[in-house]
Amino acid sequence: MREQLEKEITRLKRMVSSLAAAVETAVRQAVAAAAEPNSEMAAAVIARDDAIDHTEITIEEECLKILALHQPVAGDLRYIITILKVNNELERIGDLAVNIARHTLDSAEHTRREPAEVIDFSEQMQLVRQMLKRALDALVTRNCLDANEVMRMDAEVDAINKQVIERAMALIAKHPEDAAYYVDAMFISRHLERIGDCTTNICEDVIYLELGRIVRHSRLDTPSE
Amino acid sequence: MHAEEKIKISVRNLNFYYAGDHQALFGNTIDIPANRITAVIGPSGCGKSTHLRVYNRIFELYRGQRAEGEVRIDGQNILAPEVDVLELRRKVGMIFQKPTPFPMSVFDNVAYPMHLHFKLSKSEIADRVEHALRGASLWEEVKDKLKKSGLALSGGQQQRLCVARAIAAEPEILLMDEPTSAVDPVATLKIEDLVLQLREHFTVVIVTHNMQQASRISDYTAFFYKGEIIEFDKTEKIFTNPSCKKTEEYITGRFG
Amino acid sequence: MTAIAPEKRRGLFRRKLIDRVVGILSILALLIAVAGMIWIIWVVLARGASVISWTFLTEPSKPYGTLNGGIANALLGTVEITLGAVLIGVPPALLGGIYLAEFGKGTKSGNAIRFSANVMMGMPSVVIGLFIYAIMVIPMGGPSGFAGSVALAVLIFPVVLRTTEDMLLMVPDALRESALALGCSRARTAVRIICRSARSGLVTGIMLAVARVSGETAPLLLTVMWSDAWPKNYFSQPTANLPVLVTEYATNSPFEEQHAAGWGAALVVTLLVLLLNISTRIIFKEKNHAR
Repeated sequence: MREQLEKEITRLKRMVSSLAAAVETAVRQAVAAAAEPNSEMAAAVIARDDAIDHTEITIEEECLKILALHQPVAGDLRYIITILKVNNELERIGDLAVNIARHTLDSAEHTRREPAEVIDFSEQMQLVRQMLKRALDALVTRNCLDANEVMRMDAEVDAINKQVIERAMALIAKHPEDAAYYVDAMFISRHLERIGDCTTNICEDVIYLELGRIVRHSRLDTPSE
Repeated sequence: MHAEEKIKISVRNLNFYYAGDHQALFGNTIDIPANRITAVIGPSGCGKSTHLRVYNRIFELYRGQRAEGEVRIDGQNILAPEVDVLELRRKVGMIFQKPTPFPMSVFDNVAYPMHLHFKLSKSEIADRVEHALRGASLWEEVKDKLKKSGLALSGGQQQRLCVARAIAAEPEILLMDEPTSAVDPVATLKIEDLVLQLREHFTVVIVTHNMQQASRISDYTAFFYKGEIIEFDKTEKIFTNPSCKKTEEYITGRFG
Repeated sequence: MTAIAPEKRRGLFRRKLIDRVVGILSILALLIAVAGMIWIIWVVLARGASVISWTFLTEPSKPYGTLNGGIANALLGTVEITLGAVLIGVPPALLGGIYLAEFGKGTKSGNAIRFSANVMMGMPSVVIGLFIYAIMVIPMGGPSGFAGSVALAVLIFPVVLRTTEDMLLMVPDALRESALALGCSRARTAVRIICRSARSGLVTGIMLAVARVSGETAPLLLTVMWSDAWPKNYFSQPTANLPVLVTEYATNSPFEEQHAAGWGAALVVTLLVLLLNISTRIIFKEKNHAR
């Protein structure tokens, strides 16, 4: 009975890994497409989101199946619940990547010319990608320290996002003919910040999983407190 | 932990030996809370039934078995030689794995402990028999068959009859040694519902090898392994986040 | 692993053959045993039936030489002696069986008692008869019905002791524990619950011991001897009884009629034993609580 459960959990882990990889790719490409800008890459990101949604549904069904058939308890139960939540977050990140890609496409349509001043997302993008990678690693290694790191980095991303939005608004005032470009830029920044929030959620889930972790083995002489 | 709970049975450093000085329980220490259901789980041969059977000294039926240590029920050490064992066994009822109705009518089965321990008039006995059968959720099914032999009932009914018989003695504690393992699944659920009701009036300690049963009906769970108590805590804690590695391994099925 | 090749399979024919042969041999053995029993009953019936009449059963036997005696006195005597044997032998055996099963499991004294009972069961009944002759008949000055009862009681005792113990041991421990767990004392549990549970087994054991012993001749020859009179003084005089009558009439008497009477008595004894066995089975048939 246990072996069967182990097999299914392993399968589940593989599916989550592939989803995580797909989402990471989507974010990386959406971000790259926004930076260049590259409409083809952006379109590709949007096209591949269907696969991500499909995988998310499959993972959720797998989790439900395991819960119903195996009635896991303790660590196994917390793990399945965490996977369910992380699954959700990953799909949301995927959607945010799509949103970024969409704005890239929109931006390409509206802007017929080079804007007077370009907004640089590279720092944000770097941070967000790092956060995502670290969060997913923490999920695998169950490392609470890394999880905490990511949550700290989110504060930075939030700060940068604020700055970008302020700057964009200032630039709209200065170069009203490029307003469309700057509006898209604000949205992209927002989406990046949201991706950061999602990765933070993932880390919180990992910490929950870990707080329930076995901390001691004791031969109890008195009932546990 | 259960600072707010009243303690019914208080065990300190209980050691138990089978004939030939083979030790089965090692330094068991535990506080069983009153009016709660405490489940005892663990792999086969871990000593859970042995531990339970100390509470009513039923092991004394077998030569060579002995218990050392302190087991206090309401403050009194029941292992002391001056204790009246018959009165102890009235206070501490026991239900076994295999239903064991006596070879007499349903009515006589339930009335038997009353004859043993009390001086009651016929009408009082009849009332109390009905009360006990109601308490065991069996009255509706047998009220027209009170004169029928107890052996003519189905397995699940026989087991509930044993519960009725046990509670007819007006005990304070009910010990149940795997009460549903010899009974079909539908009857099992009926008996589980019964156990949940019994909580109101009695302290219940139930040994079970069915972990889902333990998680379904108990308030507290004790995990035994190789004659020792590894962990004892509220059931929801044990099944969501146990403190001991061994407990986690057992309840997730990695061994046992 | 690959599937086992068909040529490696054992032939079915041989196994079925052996199965059939053993089955047939078993049935054959059964038939021989049953046939034996039927033959015995047939012979006794054939030779004794002609004599059975109401007079035969109600008239006392007549002194040596006189004809047309009945077996009434012997019948009565046998009933008295057997009843006495039951009253003397069964209660201690029951109590002993209860002790062995409930209190004496594994104790030295328990083992000793059981061993002694086994030895007693193996002793030839004539030896028992001789023993009672020596300790009762001689000091009492003569044979008596009572001495015969004691001799039969000695024969009944170990059998009932062992069957009681065996029947009680068959009651599952769970029932004992249940009763004890209610606060029932050991003794009360043993008598009220366990005996009640094994009731039919216990009675069957007693009945069968009685049936077996009611035909014993050797001990009666030595302790009760024979009398042509009605059984009057149980404790001091020889009493008429069926087994001895059968011996005397059928083999020791030169008279043809007495031979026939002997066979008639034998038939009566046989029928009584059969009746006892059959009625025991019917009365104490286990109620089938089919679940």
